Amino acid sequence: MGRKLLTEHINVEGIDTFEVYRKHGGYRSVEKALKTMTPDEVVEEVKKSGLRGRGGAGFPTGMKWSFLAKPEGIPRHLVCNADESEPGTFKDRHLMSKLPHLLIEGMITSSYALGANTSYIYIRGELLYVLRILEKAISEAYANGFLGKNILGSGYDLDLHVHPGGGAYICGEETALLESLEGKRGNPRNKPPFPAVQGLYARPTVVNNVESIAAVVPIINDGGDEYAKLGVGKSTGTKLFSACGHLNKPGIYEIELGVPVEEFIYSDEYCGGIWKGRELKAVVAGGSSVPILPKELILKTAAGENRLMTYESLSDGGFVTGTMLGSGGFIAMDETTCIVRNTWSFSRFYHHESCGQCSPCREGTGWMEKVLHRLEHGHGHMEDIDLLVSVAKQIEGNTICPLGEAAAWPVAAAVRHFRDEFEWHVTHAKEAARPGAVYPGKAVLA
Amino acid sequence: MEPTNAPAKPQFSAAAQDEIKRIITHYPEDRKKSALLPVLHIAQAEFGGWVSPEVQTLVAETLDLKPIEVYEVATFYTMFNLKPVGKHVLEICRTGPCMLRGSDELTAHLERLTGAKVGGETSPDGLFTLKEVECLAACGFAPIVQVREKYYEQLDTPENVDAMLTELRNMVHRPILPWEALAQN
Amino acid sequence: MAKITFDGIEIEVPDGTTIMNAARTVGGSIVPPAMCYYTPLKGSGGKCRACLVKVTAGSTKDPRPMPKLVPSCITSVQDGMVVENTVNQQVLDVRKGIVEMLLINHPLDCPVCDQAGECDLQNFAFEHGVSTTRYTEERRTFDKIDIGPLIQLHMTRCILCYRCVYTANQVAGDRVHGVLGRGDAAEIGTYIENIIDQDFSGNVIDVCPVGALTDKTWRFKSRVWFTKPVNAHRDCPKCSGNVLLWYKGKDVLRITARKDEYGEVKEWICNECRFEKKETSDWTIEGPAHIDRSSVISANHYELPVLNHSVVADLPESTQRELEKNPPLKLGS
Repeated sequence: MGRKLLTEHINVEGIDTFEVYRKHGGYRSVEKALKTMTPDEVVEEVKKSGLRGRGGAGFPTGMKWSFLAKPEGIPRHLVCNADESEPGTFKDRHLMSKLPHLLIEGMITSSYALGANTSYIYIRGELLYVLRILEKAISEAYANGFLGKNILGSGYDLDLHVHPGGGAYICGEETALLESLEGKRGNPRNKPPFPAVQGLYARPTVVNNVESIAAVVPIINDGGDEYAKLGVGKSTGTKLFSACGHLNKPGIYEIELGVPVEEFIYSDEYCGGIWKGRELKAVVAGGSSVPILPKELILKTAAGENRLMTYESLSDGGFVTGTMLGSGGFIAMDETTCIVRNTWSFSRFYHHESCGQCSPCREGTGWMEKVLHRLEHGHGHMEDIDLLVSVAKQIEGNTICPLGEAAAWPVAAAVRHFRDEFEWHVTHAKEAARPGAVYPGKAVLA
Repeated sequence: MEPTNAPAKPQFSAAAQDEIKRIITHYPEDRKKSALLPVLHIAQAEFGGWVSPEVQTLVAETLDLKPIEVYEVATFYTMFNLKPVGKHVLEICRTGPCMLRGSDELTAHLERLTGAKVGGETSPDGLFTLKEVECLAACGFAPIVQVREKYYEQLDTPENVDAMLTELRNMVHRPILPWEALAQN
Repeated sequence: MAKITFDGIEIEVPDGTTIMNAARTVGGSIVPPAMCYYTPLKGSGGKCRACLVKVTAGSTKDPRPMPKLVPSCITSVQDGMVVENTVNQQVLDVRKGIVEMLLINHPLDCPVCDQAGECDLQNFAFEHGVSTTRYTEERRTFDKIDIGPLIQLHMTRCILCYRCVYTANQVAGDRVHGVLGRGDAAEIGTYIENIIDQDFSGNVIDVCPVGALTDKTWRFKSRVWFTKPVNAHRDCPKCSGNVLLWYKGKDVLRITARKDEYGEVKEWICNECRFEKKETSDWTIEGPAHIDRSSVISANHYELPVLNHSVVADLPESTQRELEKNPPLKLGS
């Protein structure tokens, strides 16, 4: 099994306490950064590491940091996005509940780099129990001089608070998250201005995913260059994958980027193959919003090369024959899965989670869900299939925030690769609508 | 004349008031509104698992907000129950990954076992309200039910479901929250 | 100052002007439609997506095209920006899609809606939409709600532009209504049947682009095109007192604020002026209000002609003498 940078000590007894965490090398990055490095040097290391945002967009973290405006006399903020809600993704909950001090350590080092003196962890409201774990760990960090005034005698002050959401996927979008943190409805903001210029309380703000911030710890400990040696090409370092669906061993796996998809699914080291001895039918590789791929295309690219667990390899072929790494929410579906039903479920999710602010998303997500519901329940028409693609296209790119795309992509991709199955739901409506009905045909490759 | 049978205005307990004071210090002084979501969570825990219009108005007063600012927020976020609920609210995840591992069957099973209806009536014994929710971010342990601050995972076996229901049936009071424990000491 | 090219027309506007307002300095059919944006209301815009345009060059400094269509109502111009609106097929197609989205849950009850004839959605659909629908599902409906004795909320028609919320915040003062719920279940409301009764609350009726907020004193009294708008004013201690009286015969059926050609209120009026002064004797009459020829209201309009003096000079002498003897009350100049 490859090197683990984040979860090496995750199973150590008591690792959620300050003492045990410290004994296993915890808070070294804070000591190193605050005592031996300038904030800009920390930013430089993160740039060198090639770390890409682990929340889903994959934007280089160091570059995001360097966009932060630094006007004189105006406080800046670092906000950790712990609103993990993308179906298929459950790595951050795991990381925070088992290794709360890793996130706190990352927050301190990162806040120092950005010159933030008050930072927040915005955690989804459903995870109130994890909020309690984090608050306990934060109070330990205060008690040991890693938070508060003049940390380690460096002259640097930092307050860190955890803030719960209230049940809204949209608050994972960074500007909706900031609105929510300000005590408002989670309506995403129009951009520009971007958070780096006007974020929380209209102050310059960086919003980073939990795993991105945690990765800053090994990057500072070992140096950005060391981190960049792991992985393949521009997919550097390790990444947490949340594996779920019809796998023998669903769970959270930290892998070095570059493991072949086939190995990830079938080897005993990782997911251990498909449950009940069944065949794999399709995979959603990066959380529910990324395009679904049939078995043949997730294991191999259209060019016949082995598909790897990297940003580049997973997106090879664009949306015609490829997908995206996204948040690393890896959903595997066996041969009995009804793609129409699954697409309807995703569509219902995005419909439910649309904030309702802009018209294409507010109206379009509901429309797609209703059409899919009809198809799945035996009341569809042949022209509904093209209608779905058309509505998805009308939403995509025309909304305030990326929820529009997130809702459109899964529908468009499902029709792209599984059109025959959608048509079967029209031609064999009664049969297809029966619970547990299995489509007898095959997927369309590209 | 003042009506004599008007319901008493809700009031936060002393422990809750202390916790609210602590939370308010997390935000800039002129940004008290930031405390709205955490305070709504406290209110829901304090007043029987839901936030009535009166409770929402109390929250508004506590944070110097207009009542509509609280209504707008409380109705946006799905965790806040706007109608009375049973003793335990079972939030069943229904999204894709849970559906793949049998959440539909779990929902039907729970309706049968409790006598409650999803999104509708509370069970006749007043113990259980069933609510379908979207992704709870525990897909690898599907299917999942959340009850207050606890996740019940891998509910694809009757044994696990029974264990959850037994635990909840035997619960005399809801679990004490950290800030309440602090006040008791 | 910034120079931009909009649909091939060069426009120079102060820095910080939005693309929409730059286009409005030219006017006419090139101006993108606005369903949620409202200049007098801070923070409005960006939601309906009706005004999306294509920026083919960001600025002189950075001439790259913007990857997505941008909302022209809230995007500031940059020097050297090149914008395509009516000349860009993608923009027109997307706009057609926005009409469709706004209409799928709209009741299309124009025949009984008081807003018909002065409805932004009606105009938007007429100008940019298609005459058929692909939507066969059940439409979303809400019950009608009285928010006080003077205003009715018919949520089913609402397009969630948020204008009334901004108005309540910025004009009427103590806001009691807002947006409740979310997604396509979001609705305008007060949650506990509060009454909206601030002095300036009636302005929410004027800003509503559809028939969701209507004046209860006017409901079902007349089709708007059977009434005649007349400019009038009075000394009002609360507001400017500059209004439009909408006459049918001798009766003032309703009173609204005056609006500019983009339907934006010029001066907010108070509820006393709007709801309580329905007698001609309450007002000083200024004369018929200008109504755009393209408006259905102009079909029954008796606005005095604006005399074009060069045309007048060409008229037969007898006609000129007649005009001198009986001049129109006010010439347009």
